[in-house]
Amino acid sequence: MFRYMLAACMALMPFLPSGAQATEVSEFTLDNGLHAVVIEDHRAPVVVHMLWYRVGAADEPPGRSGIAHFLEHLMFKATETLESGEFSDTVEANGGSDNAFTSWDYTGYYQRVASDRLGLMMQMEADRMRNLLLTDEDITTERSVILEERAQRTDSSAGALFNEQMRASLYLAHPYRIPIGGWRHEIESLGREDVFSFYHDYYSPDNAILIVAGDVTPEEVRALAEEHYGPLEPSGVEPRERPHDPPQIADRRVYYEDPRVSDPYVVRSYIAPERDPGNQRTAAALTLLSNVLAGSGATAVLPRVLQVEEARSLYAAASYSGTNLDDTVFSVFNVPVPGVSLEEAEADLDRVIAQFLEDGIDPEQFARIQFQWEAEMIYAQDDVGDWARMYGVGLTSGLTVQDIQDWPDVIASITPEEVMEAARMIFTETTSVTGYLTAPGL
Amino acid sequence: MFRILAFVALTLAATLPARAQVDIQEVTSPGGLTAWLVEDHSIPFVALDILFEGGTSLDAPDARGATYLMTGLLEEGAADMDNAEFAARSEALAAYFGFDSYRDSINITARMLTQNRDEAVDLLRAALVDPSFEQSAIDRVRTQVLSIIDSNQNDPSDLASSELYAQTFGNHPYGSDHEGTAESVQALTRDDLIAAHRGALARDRVHIGVSGDITPEELGLLLDRLLGDLPETGAEMPGDAPYNLTGGITVIDYPTPQSTAFFGHAGIERHDPDFFAAYVLNQILGGGNFRSRLMQEVRVERGLTYGISTFLVLFDHGPMMLGQFSSSNDLVAEAIDVLHDQWADVAANGVTAEELEAAQTYLTGAYPLRFTGNATIAGILSGMQIDEMPIDYINTRNDQVMAVTLEDISRTAARLMDPEGLHVVVVGQPEGLETGN
Repeated sequence: MFRYMLAACMALMPFLPSGAQATEVSEFTLDNGLHAVVIEDHRAPVVVHMLWYRVGAADEPPGRSGIAHFLEHLMFKATETLESGEFSDTVEANGGSDNAFTSWDYTGYYQRVASDRLGLMMQMEADRMRNLLLTDEDITTERSVILEERAQRTDSSAGALFNEQMRASLYLAHPYRIPIGGWRHEIESLGREDVFSFYHDYYSPDNAILIVAGDVTPEEVRALAEEHYGPLEPSGVEPRERPHDPPQIADRRVYYEDPRVSDPYVVRSYIAPERDPGNQRTAAALTLLSNVLAGSGATAVLPRVLQVEEARSLYAAASYSGTNLDDTVFSVFNVPVPGVSLEEAEADLDRVIAQFLEDGIDPEQFARIQFQWEAEMIYAQDDVGDWARMYGVGLTSGLTVQDIQDWPDVIASITPEEVMEAARMIFTETTSVTGYLTAPGL
Repeated sequence: MFRILAFVALTLAATLPARAQVDIQEVTSPGGLTAWLVEDHSIPFVALDILFEGGTSLDAPDARGATYLMTGLLEEGAADMDNAEFAARSEALAAYFGFDSYRDSINITARMLTQNRDEAVDLLRAALVDPSFEQSAIDRVRTQVLSIIDSNQNDPSDLASSELYAQTFGNHPYGSDHEGTAESVQALTRDDLIAAHRGALARDRVHIGVSGDITPEELGLLLDRLLGDLPETGAEMPGDAPYNLTGGITVIDYPTPQSTAFFGHAGIERHDPDFFAAYVLNQILGGGNFRSRLMQEVRVERGLTYGISTFLVLFDHGPMMLGQFSSSNDLVAEAIDVLHDQWADVAANGVTAEELEAAQTYLTGAYPLRFTGNATIAGILSGMQIDEMPIDYINTRNDQVMAVTLEDISRTAARLMDPEGLHVVVVGQPEGLETGN
């Protein structure tokens, strides 16, 4: 069957790689506060080197959205010892690949290279943590690039624009309401001082997490990290405390019309709890709830009823990603077949969920989902890059290495009753945002 | 001073990484099927990557979209199972199957746990050998395909590539979208799908890559069990495609703030003596990283795009050299000017010795790093076979990259890159752009 792709939809992957115990994971912390995690995989002479900063789009000053992502781009420009572009040129000259990414809670940089090149990567990454120069020309040209990036990823996509409006409606005060790349009018006004002060405030060893995965030993990584990152002075970065939302007391609705929409859909989003250190049970139950509702296109509740049995949907799904620093989002989607209106599609969602709350979980389905999680611990060992990302996201979301390693066991210990309890908590909530994405005249 | 020191240090480190450490075995089953295997027992699962040559270009002229829809139906009911039962069984085994169609191949991928591999093989066998094509499943998946076709009409990238392929290949299957049109898909019957299945999934066109926890003996038995009951021969391959593209610019008006450009002209075959020179040339011109000419000139120097890349598309019956980028409507004309200038410059003057060396260093250094993970390795192995590479190709590939000289690049650039023949399709509302052929 064909997975219907919502344009720039929220994360729909039901299974995150989980902490298989067979792969060796160790950690250490340097005197300057740099936290390091080493994931060993000796099958190929390759290593993934990642440096994550505990700062993202949700940490930007009000009215200055886009700084975190802009800085991510500018980190490839000149430092006191490297010319502009020389970082990536050097990675490439060593056969490696490199890139960077920004989210609300983190900014990360990675290189994938032959394992004997790890020291060189650390040398350059440590250099640009502290020694970035920024010229006005860099700022002007690269601001044009990120505006083009926004035009490509967001302004050219009705679904992406709609998602921005949904988030801005869902979060009232918390900065998760701004887009990761920033609002266009705010990006246009960003200058060198905005970026540079953000860089000085947040890019320091005590606000960074080093993750090395691949054909290395913890001893090797520690020695190289001491050599390259060890000399950097810490900045004394404070733990993050963002504005929190007031109690949500009203339902909200978003209608967005765009002529580029081919298949209108309805989405309903709820604020939901995230994984917290030492307390992951509710998030695990919500994760399994999204699997039960939408983890499989043929057997999960929403697609089974709406796509297969009733043929009223092209695509019906749920999404939840629990790895977040602050409150996260649980969403249900319905893309109706032509001829079914969005009002009817919304009613279909309500009806199937109400029936699910009454019927409970099919025990055979629950057993299959639990076995798939178990198998995921085997499959996930095939790509240590995924493991490195999982640890990076987890640690920048406030979790500990222990929390991340415990996650599969927490999942395995969740009962169907706990999943139903989580479902009642989410779906009896009256404070959701319901959005319609449609085209004029549809 | 600092800069010089750093430069010395970085250059010293830039020696060539190790060769790829993969040991490929050729396995022939008792029934005569051949697979390439990388045996690795460190994780208890196996990855299979199976390519059937032909793909959606095998569609009969009056049944465009049949192969695409057929491939989407393989997991929607087989043997005595309906789609829900098939899905429930694969979930209970935690086996993952992928069924994808491309213009020149159908790709079946699988990951199976060692602990229940035999049952997983039987399940996949049912999907490949004994799919049901139930009318209710056909109707449901047909609706999904129609929605994809409809969405493609609203996707600037799809609109641009469809237009370029239509202008290039005309009535050959390459000249139209492989999902089919709304009309052709509406008209497909169960018999069309059975015929497409019979024509596409045959033993005479299968290439198999395997990596993971399995011995050659076990794999031999698996191959016969999985594929032994497929027909020996399938549909005739399509003929060479015509080439009708001429140089120029085509604009498709579409209401969006940023224009999407898709460009190119004829390319080069995989077995051409100058293929490696073309491959290195493409890396230097627009190989998808920051160092490339086009990325430097269009993004880094001028900020006209977020990304621009070029690629050699190795269609079996009509290879192309293509590229793409997006630029705001008021910048796209300037970006196209820069593209034309660079295309003409490289065609006339080739590249510099420094550019060649950097590309060779990157390509040879990156190659061994590809071979990580069972799923990735299995895919490389099936791909090497469908491209008719020798089994020791991995050991000679870097030498072939290093053997490319500046002269080879200049000759190949002059032959391959045709500034007059370059066609650019722009989807959007570009400002100040003169169109025409």
